[in-house]
Formats: sequence, C-alpha cells, structure tokens
Amino acid sequence: MTETAQTPARVLVNAPKTAKRGDVIEIKTLVSHIMETGFRHDTSGNLVPRNIITRFECRYDGAVIFAADFSPAIAANPFLTFFTVATVSGPLEFSWTGDNGFATTHQAMLTVA
Amino acid sequence: MMRKAAILAAMLVTALAVPALAGEIAPQDRKSGYTGMSAENRAMQDDDTINPATLWVLDGEALWSAKAGAANQSCAGCHGDAAVSMKGVSARYPAFDDASRAPVDIEQRINLCRTRHQNATPLPPESRDLVALSAFIGRQSRGLPIATPDDPRLKPFLARGKALYTQRQGQINLSCAQCHDDNWGRNLAGNIVPQGHPNGYPLYRLEWQSVGTLQRRLRNCLTGIRAEPYAYNAPDYVALELYLRQRAAGMLVETPAVRP
Repeated sequence: MTETAQTPARVLVNAPKTAKRGDVIEIKTLVSHIMETGFRHDTSGNLVPRNIITRFECRYDGAVIFAADFSPAIAANPFLTFFTVATVSGPLEFSWTGDNGFATTHQAMLTVA
Repeated sequence: MMRKAAILAAMLVTALAVPALAGEIAPQDRKSGYTGMSAENRAMQDDDTINPATLWVLDGEALWSAKAGAANQSCAGCHGDAAVSMKGVSARYPAFDDASRAPVDIEQRINLCRTRHQNATPLPPESRDLVALSAFIGRQSRGLPIATPDDPRLKPFLARGKALYTQRQGQINLSCAQCHDDNWGRNLAGNIVPQGHPNGYPLYRLEWQSVGTLQRRLRNCLTGIRAEPYAYNAPDYVALELYLRQRAAGMLVETPAVRP
C-alpha cells in the first residue's frame, strides 16, 4: 500500500442512497492520489515525472452528468463536490483516470421515490 | 539565504520582545489548534467523508486485519476488534516500554509489535503503512481525553522533554516555549501561532498534502527555527512528545485531525 500508481486507489464517495424525484442532491467524492506535478526535482536534481489524475467522470443512469479535466495544479487527494437533480432510480458510476494507466471506479445506487 | 535568515531572526526578536514571558498555559486557557482554523478547514475535519485523513484510516483498517511477517499474524489476530481493544490506547502514549527501558510513542509501539510478535520488519518512519495504522489506532481514541500514564519511570524523560521544550535552539535561537507558551494567538507572518498541542496526530496537514505523525511536525518546527532536526525515532523526539502530551493532558483527542 505504498504510493505508487499500480496500487488501487482508496476512494470515498458520499452520495444519498434515496431521494425524492426532483430533489437537488449533493455528491462528494474523495480519492487518494499523490498528484505529482511533474515540475519538481528530487534530491539528486532529477525531474520527478508527472503523475496526476487527468479525468473524472460521474455517470447517472448511464449518462455523464459531471466531468472534470485535472491539471498539475490540483492538490493531492482531490476532493470534488457537485450537485444533480434526482430523476430516476439508477446507478451513480464514478471513474478516475490518469497518468501511468491510473484507473479506478466506484459505484453507488440511488433510489428515487 | 543567510541574510534572509538574519532578517527573519530580527523580526522574530522584535515580535518576541514585546510581551512579558507568559510561562506555562493555565489549564482553562488551553485551546486546540482546531479553534484557530478557518471555517473551511474545520468543516473538513468535522466530516469524515470530506477529511482526506479518512483515506489513511481506511488503509489502516485493512492493514489491521492483514497477516504480516514470519509469524503470519495480523494485528486483529491478537487484539481483535480495534474499536474495543484500541479504544483509548493512543491517548496514553508515549508510554514506558519495559524491554527498551524508555518511553515509546505509538508508531514505535506498532513497530515493536511487528518485530516482537509478527516477526516482521519494522515499517520505515513516516511510511504510508505506518502512518495509516497509527491513524486507524488513533481514530479509536477520538473524543477521549489525552491521558499520559502516571508512571514514575517516565519522570526523567518528561524532564528531558521539558528541558528541550524550553531550550533555545537553531540559528534563530528560539525555544518551543517562546512561541507556543509566550506568544500563542499572535501572528507570525500570515499565521496564528498555535499553542502546540498534539491532540490530533497523526493528522492531515494541507501543507504536506498527506497524513503525518507528531515527529514529522517536530521536524518542521526544528527546521523552522533553523536547527538541525534529530534523526527519526531519536530519544529526544519521544521525550518532547511525552512532555507535549502531558502538557495537553485532559484535552480531547481529534485524531485524525486536519491542520493547515
């Protein structure tokens, strides 16, 4: 469980399990990632290669409702919060992709009454 | 660089010359660093699903039940449910270790458990796994008062810690006490000087962008006063940790806290 790109990233998603149709719901996501900028040098003067998440997507019932392109200026362990309108019962699918083949996903069910 | 240090030193001397020496903080005046934080940072600490340290706590929870070492034993194999067995444990550390005849902090205790009972190699200082385990164990004491053991064998180490705390060090020639006893609540550049209570460690520091232990924080303080930091796990760190924990006895544990 060292901070390499190969180990699966720890993800924390906070989304409501149930909502009324038409409710505005808040979704919070947190993912563990070092977000190495690619601009820093190590103690020997060598450039530390860039290692960041480049893309986040959230699909609700199959459709992308929120997406973000990340840049090197984003802090480690990126936290995102966004809102959507509860329309139908369906899965919320989250995906993070990035450098060195980084890819991690998470799924949560939203039941709309 | 030297000139910058000299200017900073001059600024500090000017800032510190004004108030009379305040001495030790009275128990009723003690404040957690939490109280001096922005509303945003407090919100981050208050909600486990926002607090990035939760990522470490979850890693630590997984490590707790993972078998390790030649003994093929997990922490849970001996200690069972951490919510029961580890409740209040880290609130008592540093504590005296019979075999080492010296106090050990909670990270050192984890590594002693690894070498003595799991036949595993000790985890490197500040490694992700060690910090994660410490954060997970510390989390079990959240909300409980810091309770350093009333152990007579700790007395000389406590005295050493207090001596280090009040001793001027580094190019800037400052002691811990000059900032954290005499000038807490005042401004040092853009920051409020905290009282320096170790009630949230290991904690997520925004400056680090990761969770770190109290020893890592003490290294920061030492480089801040332009002193050479001790090597990790040096007895002087543990003595300082012991004094700081006793100084904060009774304050509530916030592990894993968030600090700027």
